[in-house]
Amino acid sequence: MKVLTLNFLCCARKTCKLSPASFPLHPKEASLEQIETDINVLFIRNILPRLDWEAMKTLTIELGLPALPTEPPLPESLEDPDSGEPSQTLKDLHQLLMETSIESGSLRCGNCDHEYAVKEGIANFLLPSHMV
Amino acid sequence: MSRPEDSLPPDLFYNDTESRKYTTSSRIKNIQASMTHRALELLDLTSPSLILDIGCGSGLSGEILSDVPPEEGGPHVWVGMDISSSMLAQALDRDVEGDMLLADIGQGVPFRAGSFDAAISISAIQWLCNAESSDVSPEGRLKRFFDGLYASLRRGGRAVCQFYPKNSQQRSMISNAAIKAGFGAGILEDDPDTKSLKVYLVLTVGGGDVTG
Ligand SMILES: [Zn+2]
Repeated sequence: MKVLTLNFLCCARKTCKLSPASFPLHPKEASLEQIETDINVLFIRNILPRLDWEAMKTLTIELGLPALPTEPPLPESLEDPDSGEPSQTLKDLHQLLMETSIESGSLRCGNCDHEYAVKEGIANFLLPSHMV
Repeated sequence: MSRPEDSLPPDLFYNDTESRKYTTSSRIKNIQASMTHRALELLDLTSPSLILDIGCGSGLSGEILSDVPPEEGGPHVWVGMDISSSMLAQALDRDVEGDMLLADIGQGVPFRAGSFDAAISISAIQWLCNAESSDVSPEGRLKRFFDGLYASLRRGGRAVCQFYPKNSQQRSMISNAAIKAGFGAGILEDDPDTKSLKVYLVLTVGGGDVTG
């Protein structure tokens, strides 16, 4: 489960939908893996304004990753102004969002405390009917 | 012909043997691939997008989304949901690039508001119409799904769901549930009046593209 996805995923329970505490889910005993992928500049550009930067900061701290800057990167900082090549900022963002994944562990809802298990990168969001 | 959704819930139907058919049968693969390409055409995405794949199965559609070349607006990034762990295991074996959730779409769509540019679904949403126990109804499951899908798409976003309605009543039950959730909805038929009829529910979220 990529850090990208964690920035969008929230608790599945109906009673948690309206609670701000149900996002982001909190990784527990997460074992991380790095999976190399091609950099997709246009995708990062597209998704950047939609990231919840506060949640990004929380997630990186909880995953034990290097701290992020207080403010999200500006779109113009994604390319080197002279060469037009991807900047270090863009490469770092790509590595964090697209290449850093939870291989196993769990994700806890801050509102209801339910834990969603993650195995082989797949989170189990099936709820028993009394919790739906 | 018996329909799988009449006999068993999808997590039981798509057991290991049944799931393997989806990656080994070239006929199933070809049909699935052509429906995915058709759905992509209807989504009309012009730049790399974040796509929700509803009922992603073994990742056949996802692979196509990951492989859309830059000159055709790709490659896209996708997140899949499926209720069958056997299907997802097949996807893992094939090393697909998308993230996947083991989840029942009838229980909702667990993403924050405005997460996705688009959603795609191939041969999945008719499963919502079989209520598997006494405490859930097809209407309730359809409502949870479409309400969740609507919220998870960004304004101006679009979803294309190919599905196999059992009859005209089920077809309108599904499209009415989408409309009730707030979608603009249209149904498109390919090869009407033939055995290979394909039905696509094309859904739009109003409000324009605020992200530019
Ligand atoms: Zn919760």
